[in-house]
Amino acid sequence: MSEKVLMKGNEAIAEAAIRSGCRFYLGYPITPQTEVAAYMAKRMPKIGGTFLQAESELSAINMVYGVASAGKRCMTSSSSPGISLKCEGLSYLAACDLPSVIVNVQRGGPGLGGIQPSQSDYFQATKGSGHGDFRMIVLAPSSVQEMADLTSLAFDLADKHRMPAMILADGTIGQMMEPVELAEDMHATQYEKPWACTGTKLERGHNIINSLILKPEILERLNIERYEKYKIVESEEVRYEEYMMDDAEICIVAFGIASRVAKSAIMEARKQGVKVGLIRPITLWPFPAEPIRAAADKVKAFISVELSMGQLIYDVRLASECKKPVHLCSRVGGMITSPDYVLKKILEVNEMGGAV
Amino acid sequence: MVVFEKPHGLTDVPLHYCPGCTHGIIHRLVAEAMDELGIEGRTVGVASVGCSVMSYDYFNCDMVQAAHGRAPAVATGLKRALPDNIVFTYQGDGDLAAIGTAETVHSAARGENITIIFVNNAIYGMTGGQMAPTSLPGQVTQTSPYGRDVKTAGYPVRVCELLSSLDGPAYLERVSVDSPKAVKNAKRAILKAFRNQVEGKGFSLVEVLSTCPTNWGMTPVEALEWCRENMVPYYPLGVYKDKYADEEAAK
Ligand SMILES: Cc1ncc(C[n+]2csc(CCOP(=O)(O)OP(=O)(O)O)c2C)c(N)n1
Ligand code: SF4
Repeated sequence: MSEKVLMKGNEAIAEAAIRSGCRFYLGYPITPQTEVAAYMAKRMPKIGGTFLQAESELSAINMVYGVASAGKRCMTSSSSPGISLKCEGLSYLAACDLPSVIVNVQRGGPGLGGIQPSQSDYFQATKGSGHGDFRMIVLAPSSVQEMADLTSLAFDLADKHRMPAMILADGTIGQMMEPVELAEDMHATQYEKPWACTGTKLERGHNIINSLILKPEILERLNIERYEKYKIVESEEVRYEEYMMDDAEICIVAFGIASRVAKSAIMEARKQGVKVGLIRPITLWPFPAEPIRAAADKVKAFISVELSMGQLIYDVRLASECKKPVHLCSRVGGMITSPDYVLKKILEVNEMGGAV
Repeated sequence: MVVFEKPHGLTDVPLHYCPGCTHGIIHRLVAEAMDELGIEGRTVGVASVGCSVMSYDYFNCDMVQAAHGRAPAVATGLKRALPDNIVFTYQGDGDLAAIGTAETVHSAARGENITIIFVNNAIYGMTGGQMAPTSLPGQVTQTSPYGRDVKTAGYPVRVCELLSSLDGPAYLERVSVDSPKAVKNAKRAILKAFRNQVEGKGFSLVEVLSTCPTNWGMTPVEALEWCRENMVPYYPLGVYKDKYADEEAAK
């Protein structure tokens, strides 16, 4: 049974997590994601779950590591500066193949930055969330409904592939209120976790969760095996939305809040006779490279619309194999692109034709 | 009649510790505590970063290896997820009292129902003998080659004393393993720290003064003497907190 309710994006994440079977939330306050913690603090004690305010993000992510080691669904959330602190833990979670869900409601950086929305943690989330060779599944919601749906998906994918999964949201979607439909039970699949440390009961050999591998030949093999798994994730889990791409001559690539602004700009541009469409990655990793590669044969140019100084644009260039020019349209520091700002860029690129 | 055998709580993997290192004795005491309380099958241990990192191979219970200093946070997660299990950490002084100070203090302040075995050997063993938060004033190490100068390197941290000001911990005791008598006493303390958890009494930490003959540059016997003559006076042995002492005495 589903119900439709008006909710803030951050609350939708929290409620969806609970309905996906998450009973452990470990966090530390930071704007603009604190509603997730506040919601969990209210709800968890009522349903026999655990809410714990840790002494730092470092501690919170390591509590997640503990809960995940016991094979239980768990989540932590933060915003950009806090995610930097969690990176140590993310590396360990990935190294130990521990399913876990991490939410980043991004704000402007670097440093302490600001508290307004941003997408400038794209590199961190998709390329460098800690030391060593590893990947996380990264999901980018663009509506409050998706905050809920992708949270639920994150739990399933994390369990299915035994790896951390991140919701990469931003302050706007975190704070905005929209109607959402929530299924009573969003816990799609239950996964067996024979690897979990829950006590041997003297019935089996001891389980060990560990990432110290001193023999280089073994550590190399484990890395290669993990990347075999990542190949499977790349082939099975890519998700994206195409919008008005059928006849498009210009292709915008944008995710999250930037994609919503882009859609408004596309409507306006089309009124003026410019054929522009959108490819919206829903999974930032695995990245939807294939549709972008295909679009490169049809369109005359790409525009990467992002709230960062040009991070997503690298993946667009790689995916399109630089066959067509890729332009950047961005605002940063907590400033948000307006539809007019994007429209101006579309018209400019349209004027240039296929020129760089 | 069997007079002496390996506790079931230890695996058959040979310990890698240096000759005369007291980590081995402390491992045995932890394993004996699991045996005596019959809890091995429901215990999850947390190995820390330091010489004892590979304790995940030595203890027969389920084991989770934690990042440097984070063992009490990992143990908190485990215990919250598995309230009916027994969760312990095994940590060195660099791990517990330097990089992991916040995790130590706050798991104690929350009164997490976990057991911490804190091995204080006044040095960073694994990385080759650098100054630890517990290195003594004047102690020569790789990173205090002229002796620990408290004017620039500060003073050692006395963990039991520090934590004893908190309301959270149930039990804090400092013991040593420098003689058979001391080992017997340490065994009692470690057993109590585990029993406390079984009985739901809360945060229990046993600090064990330990030796590092290799990085102290001593023979095992000299190291035991150095511990007795230099560490024990600076780190007085004894109970620093026992919330339930009166209750237990009345029984
Ligand atoms: C984040 C991080 N920093 C530094 C290290 C390197 N390191 C490994 S063990 C260790 C010191 C451990 O000393 P201690 O906790 O006293 O244990 P001991 O080896 O003496 O038993 C350090 C600094 C590391 N592994 N991780
Ligand atoms: S280096 Fe020191 S603490 Fe480490 S095993 Fe050797 S003697 Fe023990």
